[in-house]
Amino acid sequence: MSQPILQVRNLCIDFVLEDRTIEAVKDASFELAAGETLAIVGESGSGKSVTALALTRLLPVPPAVIKGGEILFDGESVMTMDAARLRKLRGGRIAYIFQEPSTSLNPVYTVRSQIGEAIRLHRRDVTDVDAEIVRWLDAVGIVDPAARMHDYPHQLSGGMQQRVMIAMALACQPDVLVADEPTTALDVTIQAQIMELLGSLKERFGMAVILITHNFGIVSGFASRVLVMYRGRIVEQGPTEEILRHPQHAYTRALIDCIPQLGSKAKRLKTIDHAAIEAA
Amino acid sequence: MITTTPEPLEVAASPMERSLRRFRANKIGLCALGMVGLLAVIAVAFFVLDVLGIPWPMDPDATNLERKLLPPDSVNWLGTDNLGRDVFSRLLNGAYISLTVGFVAVFVSLFIGVTVGAVAGYFGKWVDNLIMRFVDAIMCFPTFFLILTAVALVGPSIFNIIIVIGLVSWTGTARLVRAEFLTLRESAYVQAARTLGQRGPKIIFRHMLPNAAAPILVTAVLGVPEAILAEAGLSFLGFGVQPPQATWGNIIADGKTYILDAWWLILFPGLAILIAALSFYLTGDALRQAVETRSERQ
Repeated sequence: MSQPILQVRNLCIDFVLEDRTIEAVKDASFELAAGETLAIVGESGSGKSVTALALTRLLPVPPAVIKGGEILFDGESVMTMDAARLRKLRGGRIAYIFQEPSTSLNPVYTVRSQIGEAIRLHRRDVTDVDAEIVRWLDAVGIVDPAARMHDYPHQLSGGMQQRVMIAMALACQPDVLVADEPTTALDVTIQAQIMELLGSLKERFGMAVILITHNFGIVSGFASRVLVMYRGRIVEQGPTEEILRHPQHAYTRALIDCIPQLGSKAKRLKTIDHAAIEAA
Repeated sequence: MITTTPEPLEVAASPMERSLRRFRANKIGLCALGMVGLLAVIAVAFFVLDVLGIPWPMDPDATNLERKLLPPDSVNWLGTDNLGRDVFSRLLNGAYISLTVGFVAVFVSLFIGVTVGAVAGYFGKWVDNLIMRFVDAIMCFPTFFLILTAVALVGPSIFNIIIVIGLVSWTGTARLVRAEFLTLRESAYVQAARTLGQRGPKIIFRHMLPNAAAPILVTAVLGVPEAILAEAGLSFLGFGVQPPQATWGNIIADGKTYILDAWWLILFPGLAILIAALSFYLTGDALRQAVETRSERQ
């Protein structure tokens, strides 16, 4: 197997608050191969977003403290990069899309202005920026991109806004796309469209994707490998099929059981019983 | 699989256009803006005529002791003062001075306030603490007495008054900009710009300042009448623009001796101050309503 594009070894992140210290990530290690799709699954506060932001040192320091561990991108240590190299890494090599597209777009600029900003930042070689913007808007399935690029964010629906965010991230041609709960703020039909879009774009452009979610339902059929986080620890990782069929950790089982099943006779949906997991 | 993209709603394009539309619907605001415009035209016209050496309607400083303390008539539209000077001409001169002081002082205070507030809000932590405690210290002084003391030290002249008013009135703007920046710094699109690898100064000027522009504009407009009133107060007390140069404040000061005999010496400059201050306040208020975007931002 070739050298993985991203290697995380024994990553430990603390949040130092005035009265206490929270261990957000404890001893996390994983690898990401070029073009691979990895899902990080866990509930709120399990450390998945913190891990993702740490990949490009985007955590505010303080309160966050990277206590130990190593992050290697393409063989180079992210921990020792200077500010200029970090800026190239952010967006240029590792791009992010977030949960809430309506607040991730600056309300005072048009779509064209914002995607253009990303292109000018990371792709100096592009001369016809407008054509490039149209190309990417078209790639994410926006109808009539040449007209839509002059719209302001509030003129677009949530699904279209998320498509714009995806276009902005892809326009920089990153090696890794980190999608941090990309569909949580969208309704279910749009969720399906966005996941389908992400899947086809991944096929087409061949970048690696890290999908962060709390929903096992969207993981299957999308990610080839799954990593389950619980209270800052990676409790289980492996091929998606394997984990879905034979979850080893009690928490993973609980998460999978949370997915409502069509045709199930149960009167109430399952919730996670933390006491039972701690005991297991 | 349904793959339709909904038609975009017909909404006004830019946030600025929508604000303009809302402003246009506000009748009081439009009237006030009209008054501000009229005052500005008068001030500019007076300045131009003054430069060209054409005193209109009369030389505001020319005395005529044969026609002193006359009530309004067809020659002196708003009467004459104790030295026979034309009150109307002096009021126009006063308009020119008031607006100059108002606008330039606000510009000075805005420049300082935005810079200081932006630095405090963007960097936060001890920088913020240091700057804001300093701002608090300045705010402890009653502004008008601070201005009075400063003018007494540096001597009264239009230039000094403008600078002093500007130097002591930036604290409110600084607080406002700091508060806006603290919120904007945490906003998703500023975070997104950071994840995109954008550099700090670019984030401040491209993503943060334009989103704070609306409240800054509103405080600026509301700052103008404050400066006008401060100048009028100073001139009334004799610490402002010095006679014979006429301003609204010192016309009232000169006229107060004759208050029982010559009501026009007090009434008209008083009305001028009232109208000017009210117009700016109402314009600022209408502007605030027009640019209020919080409900739309979410």
